[in-house]
Amino acid sequence: MKSVAKKLPKVDVVIVGVGWAGGIIAAELTKQGLNCVGLERGKERKTEDYFMVHDELRYALRYELMQDLSKETITFRGNEKLRALPMRQYGSFILGDNLGGSGVHWNGQTYRFLPYDFEIRSKTIERYGEKKIPKDMTIQDWGITYDELEPYFDKFEKMAGISGEENPLGPKRSSPYPTPPMKTTPALEKFRKAATNLKLHPYNRPSGNLSEAYTNPDGVSRAACQYCAYCERFGCEYGAKADPVVTVIPVAKKTGKFEIRTHSNVRRVLKSGNKATGVMYIDTTTGEEIEQPADIVVLTSYVFNNVRLLLQSGIGRPYNPNSGTGVIGKNYAYQVQKGSATGFFEKEEFNTFAGAGALGMVLDDYNGDNFDHTKLNFIHGGSIAISQTGLRPISNNKVPKGTPTWGKEFKANSVKYANRMLSVGGQGASMPFKHHYLDLDPTYKDEFGDPLVRITFDFEEQDRQLAKYLNERCIEIMKEMGADLVDPFEELGPYDITTYQSTHNTGGVIMGADPDASAVNNYMQMWDAENVFVVGATAFPHNSGYNPTGTVGALAYRAAEGILSYRDKGGILA
Amino acid sequence: MAENANQQEKNESLTRRRFLKNSGIAIGGLAVGGALGSLIPFKDKTDKDGVKTEQKAENYNLALMFFTQQQFRMVEAATERIFPADDNGPGAKDLGVAYFIDHQLSGDWGFNAREYMQPPFFKGEKVQGYQGRLRRREIFDIGLRELQNHSLKKFEKNFIDLDEEQQIEVLTDFAEDKVQLTTISPSGFFNMMRTATLEGAYSDPLYSGNRNMDGWKMRNYPGSQMAYTDVIDQEFKVIAPKSLKDHLGH
Ligand SMILES: Cc1cc2nc3c(=O)[nH]c(=O)nc-3n(C[C@H](O)[C@H](O)[C@H](O)COP(=O)(O)OP(=O)(O)OC[C@H]3O[C@@H](n4cnc5c(N)ncnc54)[C@H](O)[C@@H]3O)c2cc1C
Ligand code: SF4
Repeated sequence: MKSVAKKLPKVDVVIVGVGWAGGIIAAELTKQGLNCVGLERGKERKTEDYFMVHDELRYALRYELMQDLSKETITFRGNEKLRALPMRQYGSFILGDNLGGSGVHWNGQTYRFLPYDFEIRSKTIERYGEKKIPKDMTIQDWGITYDELEPYFDKFEKMAGISGEENPLGPKRSSPYPTPPMKTTPALEKFRKAATNLKLHPYNRPSGNLSEAYTNPDGVSRAACQYCAYCERFGCEYGAKADPVVTVIPVAKKTGKFEIRTHSNVRRVLKSGNKATGVMYIDTTTGEEIEQPADIVVLTSYVFNNVRLLLQSGIGRPYNPNSGTGVIGKNYAYQVQKGSATGFFEKEEFNTFAGAGALGMVLDDYNGDNFDHTKLNFIHGGSIAISQTGLRPISNNKVPKGTPTWGKEFKANSVKYANRMLSVGGQGASMPFKHHYLDLDPTYKDEFGDPLVRITFDFEEQDRQLAKYLNERCIEIMKEMGADLVDPFEELGPYDITTYQSTHNTGGVIMGADPDASAVNNYMQMWDAENVFVVGATAFPHNSGYNPTGTVGALAYRAAEGILSYRDKGGILA
Repeated sequence: MAENANQQEKNESLTRRRFLKNSGIAIGGLAVGGALGSLIPFKDKTDKDGVKTEQKAENYNLALMFFTQQQFRMVEAATERIFPADDNGPGAKDLGVAYFIDHQLSGDWGFNAREYMQPPFFKGEKVQGYQGRLRRREIFDIGLRELQNHSLKKFEKNFIDLDEEQQIEVLTDFAEDKVQLTTISPSGFFNMMRTATLEGAYSDPLYSGNRNMDGWKMRNYPGSQMAYTDVIDQEFKVIAPKSLKDHLGH
């Protein structure tokens, strides 16, 4: 690092990373008159960028919109005895970059975590006793309840215009979804009918792809989704997908108080005593090192960089997996995605080439603690859903088990079943364990010479049991749907970073009521540095049986409120 | 966001205007995020003539950027075994898959340009993914040479001179790691070629494979359509495919 950095005038708030979390914070704070600077390592983005977006190769398989791994990646190992090695190519998850972050190329499946999630430890002990929790499973309550968080969920859903209908097993809502559910499809109706026959409770998946034109409380108007089938991993050319670039970011900009600096890669949070004084970043167009002083620092740079920046900057107590003490890097969790079923239909074809990122039908009968776990070897569960995101032809060549992977028979079957295959998927919750954590890699570096983040993580017996259970339930539903052929059960196996599962990485800077066991309070304010707020799925003490972003959004609104009252009162917020 | 609005107004697009109407977006109000003006893409006035000339012109893409002619013919034969012509439609060869792979190897993908290629290199667990120092274009060079060596050793013939069954045998040896190689993983190379074959068969014809959209037609895939609002809740129906070319300047 050069010794003399260019120092800029101080601002009220500096926001590191401008995706959903950063965008929401920026909108809420600038509306109240705070001057915010958003530092985003990537480039500017706009809807016009997506007129050539229906290109599976470029966007879905060459990762046009995602982080360039040649500059920065993570390292991974299954356990502490192994050497962590870099994720050289994408697989298990794909990382956001540029303005809007992953919020540009997400699907828009927008859930609220369950009341059980927020009080998971207390409620598990209350119903099953302490013995139900295996040794080393480090579940803890979140320091907030569903009821306390409800108004913030409501705010996020109204801002984004979430389309949906009441979940028959869902918790109390203060108002209905702002827009009606999306259209359904013959495949989805098949699922609904089968699930209803099985006495389960299907509902239309809450969706960030607008079912109709919508104007949100900020006055932002957006068009309806066209079911174009190029949604996940693609940007929306209609502005129909809820995305920070077409919702919160322009609202923040309009105040005149939000300055976005793209191509600005933050390397350190600067501090004096136990307060931050600003950040140091590199202007990646010139290589210049720049200091941005600020009264409040907000980290919204996704799970991995939130943790990395804190560890690099010496803020907060690093987690120690042997003693279980310390907090930064603690409770890394993921998602148990493999409990699903694939069915092949001989007599029917489906319009599965069409679809939308969040189009689907879901049920929660086997999620959270909605079912009795007394005789089961796991806690929590997962949502089960059929999705119609659009089956693009390169990535979707499922053939019945036993078909060779290439040659005559493969081709014939892959063509035959191209429009005759449906799958029902379980999205399992992921519990934290003492030895699953994030820290700094001792060997591998990013483009600036800073250490990469290291993931130590594997699936546990809890996950294998859960995947098996969800897989069996999915098979039951698939059979009831009338599939002629259903692929048999498959073991979960070890966590494998090479196959895509989900970009639902969680934990590392977790929230809670106890400063010894958590890094931030329920306003995402750091216990150890009161003017640093760390926002994102990084705050989740565990991951639920749902996609994370609805809950990330709610926590971001909560954090914004906390920052505003910190600005007035100072000190640790109660 | 609004700075291109004038130009966009001038260069109007019928297709997008129609979708705009269908989508029912309210005109007026605070239309941020480019939801309105930006639905009308840039259109080059000279496009019409341009497109006509292009249709008449020869396809100058059918040449090589990376492979030697011998390598090219091997890839053509190998990918045809992976994805053969049958009653459903053309195989890899007629879809232009070998051209697709050639062109891809000469760009970012061939150089692993957007992947982490920093040392040190250690052999890892399978679940840690590819840890080699070789880039895809180097793997193809080595892999094709070894494919040839293995053919000569097993059948005393060049790979391209083998009959279909023999080619399948040679490829199977690679797919199942039955060839001893020190430089690359035989199955790693084979799987890379298999994946690239599917990419070449089904990517937009823009990339030189999926010739004439025949890959898509074979499986009744409609390609790149602007919208499915009218069919999403309907039973399956065959829709004539479109490619990205249809979206430029229309
Ligand atoms: C393909 C895909 C599909 C998904 N689908 C869904 C879904 O259907 N439902 C759901 O709930 N979730 C989904 N997700 C997850 C969802 O996208 C994320 O939860 C959400 O976008 C996270 O928002 P964020 O603001 O926390 O982080 P991000 O969106 O990752 O934003 C972080 C930003 O910080 C920037 N940044 C990082 N480091 C630095 C640095 N050092 N300096 C400056 N800037 C930095 C990044 O460039 C990025 O713009 C999906 C994700 C992917 C990839
Ligand atoms: S499916 Fe809908 S929301 Fe998604 S990109 Fe297409 S039009 Fe936009």
